[in-house]
Amino acid sequence: MSSLAGNIQEAFQEPGCEKNQGKSDKERKKGCTKQLQPGAAAGGCAFDGAKIALQPFTDVAHLVHGPIACEGNSWDNRGALSSGSQLYRTSFTTDMNENDVVFGGEKKLFKAIREIVEKQAPPAVFVYQTCVPAMIGDDIEAVCKAATAKFGTPVIPVNSPGFVGPKNLGNKLASAALLEHVIGTREPEFTTPYDINIIGEYNLAGELWQVKPLLDELGIRILSCISGDARYNEVAASHRARANMMVCSKAMISVARKMEERYQIPFFEGSFYGIGDMSDSLRQISKLLVDRGAPSDLLERTERVVAREEAKAWAAIADYKARLQGKKVLLITGGVKSWSVVAALQEGGMEVVGTSTKKSTAEDKERIKELMGDDAHMFDDLTPREMYRKLRDAEADIMLSGGRTQFVALKAKMPWLDINQERHHAYAGYVGMVALVREIDKSLSSPVWEEVRRSAPWEQANTIPFARVA
Amino acid sequence: MATLVKSQKACTVNPLKMSQPVGGALAFMGLRGCMPLFHGSQGCTSFGLVLFVRHFREAIPLQTTAMSEVATVLGGIDNVEQAILNIVKRTKPEIIGICSTGVTEIKGDDVDGFLRVIRAKHPELDGIGLVYVSTPDFKDAFQDGWAKTVTTLIEQIAESGPSARPDPRRVNVLPGSHITPGDIDELRCVFEDFGLDPVFLPDLSGSLDGHIPDDFTPTTLGGIGLDEIRSLNEAAWTVAIGEQMRPCALALEEKTGVPYILFDRLTGLGPCDELMSFLSGASGLPVPQKYRRQRSQLVDAMLDGHFFFGGKKVAIGAEPDLLWALGSFFVEMGATLAAAVTTTGSFRLEALPIDEILIGDLEDLERRAEGCDLLVTHSHGRQAAERLGIPHFRAGLPIFDRLGAGHQVSVGYRGTRDLVFQVGNLLMAAEHQATPETWRTNPTPDIEVLDPVMTDYVTKETP
Repeated sequence: MSSLAGNIQEAFQEPGCEKNQGKSDKERKKGCTKQLQPGAAAGGCAFDGAKIALQPFTDVAHLVHGPIACEGNSWDNRGALSSGSQLYRTSFTTDMNENDVVFGGEKKLFKAIREIVEKQAPPAVFVYQTCVPAMIGDDIEAVCKAATAKFGTPVIPVNSPGFVGPKNLGNKLASAALLEHVIGTREPEFTTPYDINIIGEYNLAGELWQVKPLLDELGIRILSCISGDARYNEVAASHRARANMMVCSKAMISVARKMEERYQIPFFEGSFYGIGDMSDSLRQISKLLVDRGAPSDLLERTERVVAREEAKAWAAIADYKARLQGKKVLLITGGVKSWSVVAALQEGGMEVVGTSTKKSTAEDKERIKELMGDDAHMFDDLTPREMYRKLRDAEADIMLSGGRTQFVALKAKMPWLDINQERHHAYAGYVGMVALVREIDKSLSSPVWEEVRRSAPWEQANTIPFARVA
Repeated sequence: MATLVKSQKACTVNPLKMSQPVGGALAFMGLRGCMPLFHGSQGCTSFGLVLFVRHFREAIPLQTTAMSEVATVLGGIDNVEQAILNIVKRTKPEIIGICSTGVTEIKGDDVDGFLRVIRAKHPELDGIGLVYVSTPDFKDAFQDGWAKTVTTLIEQIAESGPSARPDPRRVNVLPGSHITPGDIDELRCVFEDFGLDPVFLPDLSGSLDGHIPDDFTPTTLGGIGLDEIRSLNEAAWTVAIGEQMRPCALALEEKTGVPYILFDRLTGLGPCDELMSFLSGASGLPVPQKYRRQRSQLVDAMLDGHFFFGGKKVAIGAEPDLLWALGSFFVEMGATLAAAVTTTGSFRLEALPIDEILIGDLEDLERRAEGCDLLVTHSHGRQAAERLGIPHFRAGLPIFDRLGAGHQVSVGYRGTRDLVFQVGNLLMAAEHQATPETWRTNPTPDIEVLDPVMTDYVTKETP
């Protein structure tokens, strides 16, 4: 039986992470991210992080145990797509009221699970803990256990109340829940030497589907994707894969590492963003599969696909490269995307004049340095005021960031592109990179910038042109 | 007459409701130079922020005391203090508006007490407004948080007693949380056309109307100033819009002696007529020609539109005052209110012509909307509307899948006229054309076709 405190401490011990291993015991206990500063913090909580990591399970009922704020203020706000069930887009919450706070919310939670199982009959229910029930001592693990026994449907506790830390920690606690309660609990109907898991890919705007056709062509089967377009039973049987790819930097590394420990599944860390990264990822997948006994012709076939797709993508990007050459990009994003997007933008001929590394690990930063050279402008904490100044003073031509900072650019009348989880465009794989370059070009070349920068007639110094009296 | 019933489900499915603190924060966003601050875990702020960004498509000033698990247990005075100092250092606000959340309420943090200690310790904060409102997440809803915040602002900032310099032209306006920045712009124009000088508390039209400021502003871009709140006692009248604002208007009347008039809604011909009578009386001026024309246009729009509203069954999910305004509007246009779901109690709703109004969620609304012609609720109703196969008129907050949410106007003659057009167009587009099967009640006759070509039909002799 694992405790929340235990899980958190375990999340802070990551043998798969060099930075983590380089710390003293005391440092390690403090976790990966800086202590939050009251009055100057931005970003989600641990519950948010857990939900981001698991919500893409499409056929699961996601039940949030807490007052209305946690779910009511936030539901249906992400673009993870599904090829099947839409149940994940239905919002479930216990909406705890004053009575529940006084008398405890466990009974209500149990009843809520019953209502869901009776109405929806999902393959599983995920129950998310939040701050209020955590404070009053609601034991969601016990309730989930009782509900699983009573209803015969797996009810998975995700113990990641918001106040234990930031989003990143929530990703890790979600991973812990999967490892403890989901992965390895079922057997797949059949296996092939070409079975892989993709870990840390959320299928935002359908990005998994920009990659899947190539894997299909190579005969590589995605046994499970954790958790983009995921089905519960696939992930439950994911321990029979031959190789794992870990996509999202360090967020879900414990899943990959523990699967290696427990089931001897080798993994590598890769990215689908950028042409070079995409090719490397395909090669690595093939190599790991061949190492595990898949026929070696897979390597050659992979090279052929890589060569063909790269040529196609480069040709498509070449059309834009002349227009984008030397354009200056300010890249404000989380850890995942910093280095992978930097590489991609450079492929398009653009210059990254600055990137935020607030959520990046030391390794992420190292990669950025490799890509951008010594004059890499990395900002740990770029204030919105500073972003605004940089844009207005034309130190950058365009800003790529998440929705929250978009208005910093727009109010400075500067181009902006959404590259965060709420975005509507898919940028993965070869086609995605072409799409990103196309979007940047569309944005930079829009006539609207010239229009909106026109000065108003009353701001112009000359005399009133239509005056009829002298 | 309607009975208000509470849903008995343990599991809320597809919430209609949002939490109190976000309602409180939105009210604070109608103040100039303000930084709203949630006393809670950083997620509370992050969710609220994203919610408003998606709705208004504007930068949202909202900060957090970033309570950790340990701080929550030990009490948050240090976090509140640090947050205030950090905000003052980084954003130089005129006022910081603090809302509590679920965790800090359970712990029982005495934030008013904290503020006294912090004030005593930091004289440099003199001159910066620090206002705290208790808004636990596990009680009440969005519109309650809004009203509580306005009441608190009145109680803590407005000067008591009658003013030494009363201004007969000045009118305090207390808009409910359902009144958009566009609505406020419209009303300001109406009041000014009567020679009156309206002051809105809160005033979202200055802060969330979507405009381009000259420089980067980390706090609210505009809104009512602290000085204007202080001098609320100079006004001759207070106009409250929406039943939710009655306690605020009462508090103001009690404190300053300024009498109030409450309009439970300003959508629809009747309520707009009442507003005109009031403004005409308060200003001593006849109703300007402009509004006589606007009234006539509204009447014409209602005549043109009633064809499409008549007999239509409408399902509405909204916070009480918006439900009241829209529900009454639909009924006046000839539609039937077939389903109504709301978030929190309000006696005003009892007057709606429907048997039952449920305090519930969008699952309840979807179930009750079976067989309806139109779904009216915020953007979260989009999945339900799709499943029901009926048009969805987006009203309330959040509206994240349409542009211009902040400029949706539904008050005044002109706003009501445009509302008739918008909704009428949706209904018109959804009208079904008749087919040969539309009126058939008996099963389609089974005709046996012997020879589909029937070339020798003419030559065949009947026996």
